[in-house]
Amino acid sequence: MIPDNNTSTLPGLYIHVPFCVTKCPYCNFYSVTDRSAIPSWINALRREMNWYKGEFEHFDTVYLGGGTPSVLSPNELAAVLDGAYEAFTISGDCEVTIEANPGDIDEDFLSFLRDTPVNRVNLGVQSFDDAVLAYLGRRHDSEDCRTSINLLRNSGYDNIGLDLIYAVPGQSMKSWKVTLEEALRWKPEHLSCYELTLETGTPMGRRFADGDVELPGEDERYDFFMTTSERLEKDGYIHYEVSNFARRETFRSRHNMKYWNHVTYLGLGPSAHSFSGNRRWWNHASVERYISDLEHNRRPLEERESLTDKDLRLERVFLGLRTIDGIDGNDPALFDPPANNILQQCLADGLLEHRAGRIVPTRRGLALADQLAVLL
Amino acid sequence: MDSIRNFSIIAHIDHGKSTLADRMIQLAGLTNSRTFRDQILDTMDIERERGITIKSQAITLPYRAQDGGTYYLNLIDTPGHVDFSYEVSRSLASCEGVVLLVDAAQGVQAQTLANLYLAMEHDLEIIPVINKIDLPAADTERVMEQIENELGLDPFGSILCSAKEGTGVPDIMEAIVQRIPPPRGDAGKPLSALIFDAQYDAFRGTVVFCRVFDGIMKAGQAVRFMHNDTVYRVEEVGRFSLVREKKEQLEAGDVGYLIAGIKNVADVSVGDTITDDHRPCAAPLPGFKEAKPVVFASIYPIASDDYEELVVALEKYKLNDASFTYQKDSSVALGQGFRCGFLGLLHLDIVQERLEREYDLSIILSVPSVRYRFILKNGETVYIENPAHYPESMSIEKAEEPYIRATMMFPEQYLGAVMKLCIDRRGENSHINYPSPERVELQFELPLSSVIYDFYDSLKSLTQGYGSFDYDIIDYRESDLVLLDILVNGEKVDALSQIVNRAVARERALNTCERLKEEIPRQMFKIAIQGAVGGEIIARTTISAFRKDVTAKCYGGDITRKRKLLEKQKKGKKRMKMVGSVSIPQSAFVSVLKSDKG
Repeated sequence: MIPDNNTSTLPGLYIHVPFCVTKCPYCNFYSVTDRSAIPSWINALRREMNWYKGEFEHFDTVYLGGGTPSVLSPNELAAVLDGAYEAFTISGDCEVTIEANPGDIDEDFLSFLRDTPVNRVNLGVQSFDDAVLAYLGRRHDSEDCRTSINLLRNSGYDNIGLDLIYAVPGQSMKSWKVTLEEALRWKPEHLSCYELTLETGTPMGRRFADGDVELPGEDERYDFFMTTSERLEKDGYIHYEVSNFARRETFRSRHNMKYWNHVTYLGLGPSAHSFSGNRRWWNHASVERYISDLEHNRRPLEERESLTDKDLRLERVFLGLRTIDGIDGNDPALFDPPANNILQQCLADGLLEHRAGRIVPTRRGLALADQLAVLL
Repeated sequence: MDSIRNFSIIAHIDHGKSTLADRMIQLAGLTNSRTFRDQILDTMDIERERGITIKSQAITLPYRAQDGGTYYLNLIDTPGHVDFSYEVSRSLASCEGVVLLVDAAQGVQAQTLANLYLAMEHDLEIIPVINKIDLPAADTERVMEQIENELGLDPFGSILCSAKEGTGVPDIMEAIVQRIPPPRGDAGKPLSALIFDAQYDAFRGTVVFCRVFDGIMKAGQAVRFMHNDTVYRVEEVGRFSLVREKKEQLEAGDVGYLIAGIKNVADVSVGDTITDDHRPCAAPLPGFKEAKPVVFASIYPIASDDYEELVVALEKYKLNDASFTYQKDSSVALGQGFRCGFLGLLHLDIVQERLEREYDLSIILSVPSVRYRFILKNGETVYIENPAHYPESMSIEKAEEPYIRATMMFPEQYLGAVMKLCIDRRGENSHINYPSPERVELQFELPLSSVIYDFYDSLKSLTQGYGSFDYDIIDYRESDLVLLDILVNGEKVDALSQIVNRAVARERALNTCERLKEEIPRQMFKIAIQGAVGGEIIARTTISAFRKDVTAKCYGGDITRKRKLLEKQKKGKKRMKMVGSVSIPQSAFVSVLKSDKG
């Protein structure tokens, strides 16, 4: 049985749909805009599924991410899902999530989707402020968002997540608060609120490196973070991970929790990462190589690594400190011995607290999770 | 003996001493250009980079003079910095003459004067040489005037030279033969030889550099080092070509080396007299002084795991540097380390750099201190150079600190600025001389503690590089001393404690706090940095806390990348010193050391 906070120790399945209509200038996930390769990608994907057939017994989450999974046609989507269900054992109460772009889903798409196992939709709203959406280079506007949420609710979807972005250059706190208020009016089961991060290699990241884009300063970003957390918690949302909020414990993203809890996951598709035990491996971030490798009966592996105990320990600390479940306070192996001083000071300073035998970050602690991991 | 000439080249830093020495070595045919490395006498990398000679060395240059005779010119190199003036004086005591090198563009500097006075004390023949005449800024006439008016030498005896281009060098060789007298001495008398340097050789032990005044020294002989009162049996003597060249014997007038199974350089004192154990000379040669460190600081490894490596590195370093002293020390903040003594700040810099470079160590140096003198109420006198040993304030009757007489030379227009600098540094009893109309020689008595940090740097920047500086330690004077402690989040960082004069305590405290604020990176907690004297806070700064440091997205693909990033950061943290829960980078300690004013 899945516990109340929707975390489990069964493996999760991730499928990367590497196709987008347009590339967003800040996005660092692998995708291409040429969608002609979709059919061969589906064939390759099904071959890759066969590679792992029998290796993973039982998945209790499936996550279709991207890219933009909602660019797939109903037939294409059905082929992907059928492939997964044929190759793997997937539990009856499986959380099956699809990421969707507002504006991509219409009544036809939804009536099809209702007949699939997909029971959770994560909508890339990003903002209800059209100026912010335009700055981010999104192809939808705030009206598309409203329409999509309405459609989802009307077709009976009772587990909806919305993605939002803050600390966008030029975005005022006022604009962000307006977006937050509107998001709350829709009472989504899940909210992801990300600070805009500019990665090197993205167009916006390059503009930032050239000094043409200025991000808000640390104090401002901290204010965005705290305001968001306080406002959402006021409405009963649980700030359960740095950027994630659930309306109730049961609405946590069961799939994403696996990443932070070191639970096994299998990632399929170009650039997807997998983790099991102390092994991690990932695929080429290239649709062509992915397809051609699988056509030649090769695994499309880019790289693999074996994690040492030390690596695993560090991951458990830095991933654990991202969630309100924190880390095991009774496991001395988790800490560098000289860190005890710092641990005590973090506790005294209200960045961490003891809860049920665990050391968990407070709201201020979440904002500093990386620093904490470096120090502890 | 008539074919021997013993001489030194004395010059201000950068006036071209090493280049001239190289040219002479080339002219003597000891090296061809293929094997020729620039500036052969400065063997250590640091010397080469800084252009200063730290350790004196010697070399014998065979030279066929115009009179047809073959002469052996013994060039005894001297260190070119105020920290090493005692070594200079011992080298000069081994000579009959000097080549006084003056830069044709820069003219006479304070150091030139100081070295000239030393040479005059030893009654040496002086050959003025104006170097760098090839420079566009060369002003030979002005320098000739300076040589006449400021140095009181006959300007027409000056030789014009460009060591870089090699012009004038044969004239210098010829002048050495003709004008410097051959050594006098009596090979039949009991042995007396002056030690002017020593170096460590991994295979042979200590190689002692000396000048024989009377008598003979040869293998098998039992010799006594008179001040150290130790006896050794001579294994080998010889002179220096580019490498050691074994000889049957060294006799009166010779400059050469001695190997006698001496384990440590520290067993040899520069300035000591070597005599025959069975037939000693009547008295040691005059002028012996123990080279005493005047600046002290503690050295700690950044990572306490490196302590053993530091021990080994210091032992090895000490082999070749007798004037460097060290003993165990420990700090609450920085752990196990060593309290070290240096001849001056330059010496300290060199030791730090060599430890880091040659032994690949990351070290932290505490704030340097001079040796203070306290007369206690119980009548006892104690010398304290470590703030950790500062006496109970109730027990102190009188506190004193060492003073120097500083001699500075610079163009007259900077007089006001330099006067102000000296007065700011608690200078007193000034003396002004005008060796020539536009140039000032300014003397000041100053607390040594106020010049050991950046005095020379300040002087140079105030005078746009034209100021030069030299000093002698004169005496101890009463001073109102206090112990300044630096607290980081309430914890005393003992390595930052300093003994200071009360008048400058607040300024020093503020300065230290500000420096630390600039160098300590923001952390998760607010950090209070305080300066305190006897429990009273006299300065305070704070570093505001980090508030946001977390990756927004961390899913499947981000975890490996993120872990690697954090590993790197963790490694960086390990290179910092933890004081309580605050990480202090090495640069913070260094910045306090570099920037303080007395």
